[in-house]
Amino acid sequence: MLEITIISGKGGTGKTSLTGALAHLARGHVLCDLDVDAPDLHLLLDPDYERDEDFYSGHRAVIAEDRCTGCGDCLARCRFEAIRDEGGRLVVDPIACEGCGVCVHFCPAEAIDFPEEHCGRWYVSSTRFGPMVHAQLFPGQENSGRLVSLLRQEARELAEARGLETIISDGAPGIGCPVISSLSGTSLAVIVTEPTPSGRHDMERVADLAEHFRIPQVVVVNKWDINPDQSRSIEAWCAERRIEVAGRLPYDPDFTRAMVERKVITEFQARGTADEVRAVWARIQEIAGLLKAA
Amino acid sequence: MIVAVASGKGGTGKTTVAASLVRAWDGPVQAVDLDVEEPNLHLFLHPEMEGGRRADMIVPLADQAKCNACRACAEICQFKAITVLGEYVVAFPEMCHGCGGCMAVCPTGAITEETRELGQVLWGWSGEARFLMGRLRVGEAMSPPLMREVVKHLDPERDAIIDAPPGTSCPPINAVRRADVIVLVSEPTPFGYHDLKLAREAFAPLGKPMGLVVNRAGLGDNQLYDYCRATGLPLLMEIPFDRRVAQAYSEGRVVIEACPEYAEAFGELVGRIRDLAVCERIEARRA
Repeated sequence: MLEITIISGKGGTGKTSLTGALAHLARGHVLCDLDVDAPDLHLLLDPDYERDEDFYSGHRAVIAEDRCTGCGDCLARCRFEAIRDEGGRLVVDPIACEGCGVCVHFCPAEAIDFPEEHCGRWYVSSTRFGPMVHAQLFPGQENSGRLVSLLRQEARELAEARGLETIISDGAPGIGCPVISSLSGTSLAVIVTEPTPSGRHDMERVADLAEHFRIPQVVVVNKWDINPDQSRSIEAWCAERRIEVAGRLPYDPDFTRAMVERKVITEFQARGTADEVRAVWARIQEIAGLLKAA
Repeated sequence: MIVAVASGKGGTGKTTVAASLVRAWDGPVQAVDLDVEEPNLHLFLHPEMEGGRRADMIVPLADQAKCNACRACAEICQFKAITVLGEYVVAFPEMCHGCGGCMAVCPTGAITEETRELGQVLWGWSGEARFLMGRLRVGEAMSPPLMREVVKHLDPERDAIIDAPPGTSCPPINAVRRADVIVLVSEPTPFGYHDLKLAREAFAPLGKPMGLVVNRAGLGDNQLYDYCRATGLPLLMEIPFDRRVAQAYSEGRVVIEACPEYAEAFGELVGRIRDLAVCERIEARRA
C-alpha cells in the first residue's frame, strides 16, 4: 500500500487545494484528512457521510465538591497548574488539565472523578473522488495525534477491504503531535511550500522532521512567481539536501475561485495551472512508483 | 494588556498582523512568538537576540536494580510512557507528559528524574520592542510545555502581542489563555470562514473579548462578513487583497514599514483592541 501525505509546516501554503486536485487526478485511492482540528478537505469534496463514530480519548479530572475535604494534596501535586483554590473551594481548570490522573490517584478522600473525554467524531464518507476518512476534533480538545493514528488505521483497512492501492492524506500544519502521527511510517511526504521567509523556514523544519523519521520526501513550490528569487533559493536548498522538487505552481486566484464553487483547480480549469498540477501529480506518481519498486 | 493574535486556519496573516501591531503599539510592548512549532515572527521583526536557554521536561529514568516489578508506574501512567515487561521496567521518555505520577507512586524509589529537551526559549530586542520566542526541538511532539516555559519570561511591565499557532486544539488554546483580548485573523474564503468558526468556538469558553481582522479582503466570498453580522463578532480591520502586502511579506518586511499608508489603519486597530478590553471590564463590573 502506498501512503502519500501532504504537509507544509506553515499553514496556508495550499496543502488542501493541492490534495483536492490530486484526489481528482488519482485513481484507485482512499482520501484521508489528517488535519483533525481544522479540517477543510470536506468543503471541496462535499462528502456523503456513511459512517459516523464517536472519538473518546483520555480523561479529565473533576473534583466532587461534596466529597472534597479541601486538603490541597491535588493542588500541590499538579504540575500543570490546573487546580485552583477559589476561596477554599478546589476546582479543576478543564483547559489546563492534562488528564494525567495523579490527583485522582492520590486524593485521600477519593473525591476526584476521572471521566473519559468525548473528544470528537470521525467519519467514513463517499465523495465524487472516492472514499474519504475524516474527522472533527471538538474545538479545544487534545489527543489529535491519537485521532490521526486512528484515521490512518481506518484508511488502511478501508483501502484493503476495497482493493485500493493508494492513500492520499492531507496533513496538519506545524511539526508537533498530529504531524508526527501523520508522518510516521508513511510512504512519501509531499511538502508544499511558498517563496516567503516563513514558508521556507517552516519547510526546512518539517523536512528535518521527515528526515528524522526517515520518510522519503518531495517538495512542491506553490505561488512560486510571488518571489522568483526566493523560489530559486528554496530549490537550491532542496538540491543541496537531495530533496526532489516535484514541481512549481504559479500564484493563481483560480484556486480561490474554485474553492468558492466547492471545486478543485483541475475541475475548474481546463488548461493553465491545472496542467501544471497534472504534471506535479505525474511526477509524484513516478517517484512513488520508484519507492514501491525499491 | 496581553493581546493574542490567533486563527483557525494557518496562513491567514497572524504573523503579518502581529508584527504590524508590535510596530504600531502605543506604549512599551513585547513581541511573543508562541507558535513554537513553526515560529515566524523573528523573520519579520529581525530581533537582535540577547540570550536563550534550553527548556526541559522532567521525565522518568528507571533503575532496574531497585524495581520490584509491582507495575504501579505502568498503572498510573495515562500516556503509555512507562511499562513493566515481565520483570523489566521500561520507560519511553518521548511519550511522557511530565506529570511525575510514576515517581510519586513507585514504592521502591526505582524511578528518578531525567530531562527531555523541549526546545529553546530565546529573547532579545526588535527596536524598542522586547522580543521573546520559543523554538520546539524537531521531533518533539508536545508544544504546550514549551509555551509554558516561554511565558515565564514575560515582562509584566510591558504589554504583550502574542503570535499564536494555528488550529483549534490544545496548542492555540494554551497560547491564548493568558490573553486579555483575542484578535482573530481570517480570510474571506470558504476555508477561512469554516476554520474561523471553529476557532471562535474553541476560544469561547475562555470568556475573553474577541474581534476579527479580515485579511485579503476582496478575495473569495462574503460568508465571513455575514457571520460577523449575524453573531456580533466585531470586525476590527480589513486588510485589502493587495499584491504589495504579499510582496512585502515575501521579502520579510513588516507591512506598515513597507507600505506606510497602512500605518493609520493599524493605529486604529490598536485603539479598537484597547476599546475591546475596556468594554469587557465594564461589562464584567455590571455583571
